[in-house]
Amino acid sequence: MNKIFIFLGLIFISFSGFSQDIDDLLDSELSVTKEYTTATFKSTHIINSHSVAQLKKNHLNFIIYHRFGSISGGISKFFGIDNANMRLGFEYALNDWLTIGIGRSNYEKNYDGFIKARLLRQSKGGKFSSPVTLTYLASSEIFSRPFNDPNRKNYFSSRLTYVHQLLIARKFSENLSLQLMPTVVHKNLVKTVTQMNDLPAIGIGGRYKITKRMAVTFEYYKSIRFSNEDIQYHDPIGIGIDIETGGHVFQLVFSNSPLMQEGGFVYGANNDDFFKGDLHFGFNITRVFSFNHN
Amino acid sequence: MKQITLSILTLLFFTLSLNAQKTFYTKSGYIGFFSSTPLENIDARNHQVVSFLKTADGSLNFGLLVKSFKFKNALMEEHFNENYAESDKYPKAKFKGKIVNLSDIDFNNNGTYIAKVEGNLTFHGVTNSIKIDNINLTVNGDKLTGKASFKAKPEDYNIEIPSVVRGKIAKEITVNVEIEYSLYKK
Repeated sequence: MNKIFIFLGLIFISFSGFSQDIDDLLDSELSVTKEYTTATFKSTHIINSHSVAQLKKNHLNFIIYHRFGSISGGISKFFGIDNANMRLGFEYALNDWLTIGIGRSNYEKNYDGFIKARLLRQSKGGKFSSPVTLTYLASSEIFSRPFNDPNRKNYFSSRLTYVHQLLIARKFSENLSLQLMPTVVHKNLVKTVTQMNDLPAIGIGGRYKITKRMAVTFEYYKSIRFSNEDIQYHDPIGIGIDIETGGHVFQLVFSNSPLMQEGGFVYGANNDDFFKGDLHFGFNITRVFSFNHN
Repeated sequence: MKQITLSILTLLFFTLSLNAQKTFYTKSGYIGFFSSTPLENIDARNHQVVSFLKTADGSLNFGLLVKSFKFKNALMEEHFNENYAESDKYPKAKFKGKIVNLSDIDFNNNGTYIAKVEGNLTFHGVTNSIKIDNINLTVNGDKLTGKASFKAKPEDYNIEIPSVVRGKIAKEITVNVEIEYSLYKK
């Protein structure tokens, strides 16, 4: 009788052992699956700067950027709303990691084009997992307004500005993402001989989600300026709120920079003094269109 | 003495026969879900489903990373992960269950069988017990394919749907499962 019990007990043990082991197998298979971090930023721009957020392949993003005049103008200038700078931008993703874009700003009748390539993706699990997302941004800008002094010899190349940027971002938690932005702005033509043609800068930006569909954003660049003229320029500071509603992201911002392309706001010639309250209210509105068919 | 020898022999036989039982697995199973409303269709596909099936006791399980669901529209995918499934908080979905009509299925003979499965589905941090009746299991040598479809309600898994988009998301979501297993070798 006893032996039967032992026997049954053994069978029972071997059975109960079974469902356990396939569950362990499942867990170990799932843990080696690489998981990529998504939605580090909601929008392709933090405020003025590009974020590491990439559009998905065959998606088109249309952005309307608007910056009003300085609010310090008071009621006589209707807190800056009387005049405005704007930029229209189109971005298109050739691939999940590669986006190209063009833009047109009314300031200096400026055209710009950029290419944004993701080189590394933040991930966990799997063989190699990167702690950060790394993206390279190259853009060039060309002003199409007439030259200030039409009597001297003006070269076409004098209209050009180039920007190179590395975007290094990490999503620290569901709510907090930060981004470092080492940047070089090169202007072919500057105002005086002593001014720098190449301006190095390092930017920091971030977002903190306060609800599922709303986030607070900021960005700031510290430039390394040597010449007397350059030192008088102000570094760009911006704070904003991202509001997501279905296919749109609304970004309401306050910035000391009236310009929205890197060669403008990082270079800083048009930036106002943030700490004297020379702020520009503005907004970015984005709309994403999908051209995926199947 | 005879009795002991007999029981040891039976035990040996039993263990041996258990070893002859098979474990099937896949790392590339398919699970998709579909929501259809007059306003919008939502279609998501995940081709990286891990699944194990043990023929000895009919136990089976499924696991997937929620982020591996692909949508045609990237924005839908982002909203699904960020706002509904909250895949940073709940990265995995799992099902653990058992074939309840194991005696109807002969894993050693080629053919198509109808299987019934009961088990627990965990998604978005919520576990519900579910029953799936019409599962097509096809045995073909060392290959085993399974096809199933069932319905799930977002509210059963604590998924909040804001009233603005209520009309765009079906009350019941159809989940389709297609698995092609091969033999698991350690």
